[in-house]
Amino acid sequence: MQVRKIMCACGSGLGSSLMVEMNIQDVLKKMGVEGVEVVHSTTSDVHPGAADLFVVGRDLADFIKDVDKDEIIVLQNIVDKGELEEKLRAKLEA
Amino acid sequence: MQAVLDFFVNILSTPAILVGLLALLGLALQGKPIEDIVSGTIKTIVGFLVLNAGSAFLQSGSLNAFGEVFNYAFNMQGVVPNNEAVVSMALNDFGQASALIMCVGMILNIVLARFSRMPYIFLTGHHTLYMACMLAVVLSIGGLEGWTLYVAGGCLLGLIMVLSPAYCQPTFRKVTRSNDIAFGHFGGIGYAFAGWIGHFFKGGKSTEDVNFPKRLIFLRDTTVSISITMMVIFIIVTGVAVGRGILAEDPTQFSYLNELLNVGTETKTNWLVWSFTSGMSFAGGVYIILSGVRLIVGEIVPAFKGIAEKLVPGAKPAIDCPVCFPYAPNAVIIGFLVSFVAGVVGLIILTLIDASLFPVALILPGVVPHFFCGATAGVFGNAEGGLKGCIAGAFAHGLLITFLPAICMPVFTNLGFTSATFSDADFSWLGIVFGNLAQAVPGWPLFAICVVCFLLPIIYNVVAPKPKAKE
Repeated sequence: MQVRKIMCACGSGLGSSLMVEMNIQDVLKKMGVEGVEVVHSTTSDVHPGAADLFVVGRDLADFIKDVDKDEIIVLQNIVDKGELEEKLRAKLEA
Repeated sequence: MQAVLDFFVNILSTPAILVGLLALLGLALQGKPIEDIVSGTIKTIVGFLVLNAGSAFLQSGSLNAFGEVFNYAFNMQGVVPNNEAVVSMALNDFGQASALIMCVGMILNIVLARFSRMPYIFLTGHHTLYMACMLAVVLSIGGLEGWTLYVAGGCLLGLIMVLSPAYCQPTFRKVTRSNDIAFGHFGGIGYAFAGWIGHFFKGGKSTEDVNFPKRLIFLRDTTVSISITMMVIFIIVTGVAVGRGILAEDPTQFSYLNELLNVGTETKTNWLVWSFTSGMSFAGGVYIILSGVRLIVGEIVPAFKGIAEKLVPGAKPAIDCPVCFPYAPNAVIIGFLVSFVAGVVGLIILTLIDASLFPVALILPGVVPHFFCGATAGVFGNAEGGLKGCIAGAFAHGLLITFLPAICMPVFTNLGFTSATFSDADFSWLGIVFGNLAQAVPGWPLFAICVVCFLLPIIYNVVAPKPKAKE
């Protein structure tokens, strides 16, 4: 799928979503993907259309149900870069 | 010449531009392209201005009026424990000092990670900013200003940035079952305490083996949870004030209650409606402040992380508290509920102390600290002692974050911060210790103590025998 903007979200949009954003940027760099904007915010800001792909930890999956399931990545472990890369590849290269 | 000098001094004493320069430095050191440097710097400066706007709205829309209504209703001071509220107020006067302490603190964090036995890089940027602000306030009581304030504050900030992850690590290791990441959140002493309480219940069944409704998780959205609590608190407090006849009082004795008392307004506002909107205005103010903080931290933290990783190979990133939530989702909810109950119990105890022994500030239970910190305490308690450990740990923690701010409050009241205070445990204990030290030994002795505190872990590392390699 065509992804231009990825949004990571957490409860107050300050700490863990920023961690995930930094990890995504590392992974994208490793994958050689360019031109994707990565942002982080609170789950209140997650709406369909706010980004092409949304990334949350599994404890927050229920918060963003109004977004199309294809546009969501749910991480079992939000600090695991391996899991992140696998799931990002599945989305970006699909 | 003088005009040029004044211009530069003015730049360096404008907090918004100062944090912008901090971001610029970080981005430049990472070798980012010029367009990234420009956009990152601008976003950081705008973030700081947004934070100021949120602060103004929070105070005019909610907090000032709350103080007056509470005082009228109960004849005492009610305090909302909310980091964003107190930091945004303190940054008006301590913005420059906070920004510079944050800068020095992050550098000294890297120094400590490299040369002490606590190899942690503290990546929860908003807490770094809040702690810098708290230290600026507290140390200025001791008469430190200018570079002595920045260095002393930076020393303590750098120290707590490795110390807090260090005292959480024994239990956090059990939560994550790995030693690769660390835990960075300035409620640290509270979680260590919850874990210690939990370990008395070793061997019980885990919270994750019981079935527990997950629906309360919606309170994790800070906008929702702040709105709900502040509405409830506003309705109770205003209701009591109305019952005591506030609506018939002479409006000129209040400074911030024109809207409630319908002074100079065309339409009459019902007090219930006023309570709703005021409660939600509090949430709105925090929302704006958080957006500002997000812009500031979003540029500075990645730069900090990049630089730290280069300078300290093998350092462990210390990450914000929600990182531990997925490991024990039930403990999150149970921890929050129990901690909140403990907060209410603590408030009742404080009221009794206030009525019978001596005046204390009444710390109202805020959902945000009880949610995030309570939940984390629950997870820590569970890791040590299962379900019983979770309940006991979270309860003890809930009392702790009610009593510590109450003890810490006099330090801040002196400076005019009367209706809001820091919620999380590390802010409180540092505030208590150094607030009192600042009053007891102001000036150079205070400065010396701060520097020695910073040097101790490094000296220990050099002098003390190396432990045998384990792990």
